[in-house]
Amino acid sequence: MEAINKFSMSVLSRSANEGFARASVASFAAQLDPTLEEISDIKTAVSEAVTNCIVHAYKDSIGKIYINSEIYDNGVLKIKIRDKGCGIENVEKAMEPLFTTVGGERAGLGFAVMQSFMDTVKVRSKTGVGTTVIMSKRISPRYTVNGRE
Amino acid sequence: MSVEIKVKGDVMTAYISGEIDHHTAAGIRESIDNAIELNMPSLLALDFGGVSFMDSSGIGLVMGRYRNVSKHGAKLHISSASPQIYKVMKLAGLERLATLDMLTK
Ligand SMILES: Nc1ncnc2c1ncn2[C@@H]1O[C@H](COP(=O)(O)OP(=O)(O)OP(=O)(O)O)[C@@H](O)[C@H]1O
Ligand SMILES: [Mg+2]
Repeated sequence: MEAINKFSMSVLSRSANEGFARASVASFAAQLDPTLEEISDIKTAVSEAVTNCIVHAYKDSIGKIYINSEIYDNGVLKIKIRDKGCGIENVEKAMEPLFTTVGGERAGLGFAVMQSFMDTVKVRSKTGVGTTVIMSKRISPRYTVNGRE
Repeated sequence: MSVEIKVKGDVMTAYISGEIDHHTAAGIRESIDNAIELNMPSLLALDFGGVSFMDSSGIGLVMGRYRNVSKHGAKLHISSASPQIYKVMKLAGLERLATLDMLTK
């Protein structure tokens, strides 16, 4: 299926960009007329994926985070977040709730949040090459008072 | 992001406001931990009334404060979380560590 609208940006892996990235994707998604809950689900999922690029992928360096989003005419929003960082050795394991490779105050719940707040989450990763997270969510159409979409 | 601390008897309340993510969590953590050190409360209350966004970095923040006050035998209470924040807390099972009361629901 062909996307009816597309958006792409890249930012440096600086933590100040976490808020900027989730707000940007949320503004792009606004044209689908999402509910407040849907908007905050999207923001939270984007925040998790972008934060992972900053905290894990580019742990000891500053690199680029590539963010793409597409809208399809069935109301599906697709979001792709990619880094060229260290990669994930075992994706299946990394996605288990509470799994974290960082001590301190990480809960190990980033992927669990993405999975519960989005409809689909796919992760492709290669050690030394980078990681791509692709998520989608269908925004349910809402109807106006006079019955038109 | 800001944290305002109020102490009443042995209850210390931290009123957090703004967005909680990896970028802001460290500053919030420092403010709360400094105040815990100073006041040694027997109940730490985290008020989320002014928080407009929170991701899993906020979960780490709550769990870390829980561990911190538990060392001294103190309890943790969470109040005024919005539905979005409540949803994230629920997913993490924070109700097992703290008593929760919500803004709505
Ligand atoms: N983009 C990435 N590049 C490299 N490793 C990653 C990336 N994303 C996730 N990981 C690995 O997967 C693990 C789990 O990620 P997840 O987001 O679920 O938890 P976390 O980031 O450790 O903790 P939290 O998100 O709760 O703060 C991470 O600890 C890290 O080892
Ligand atoms: Mg994470």
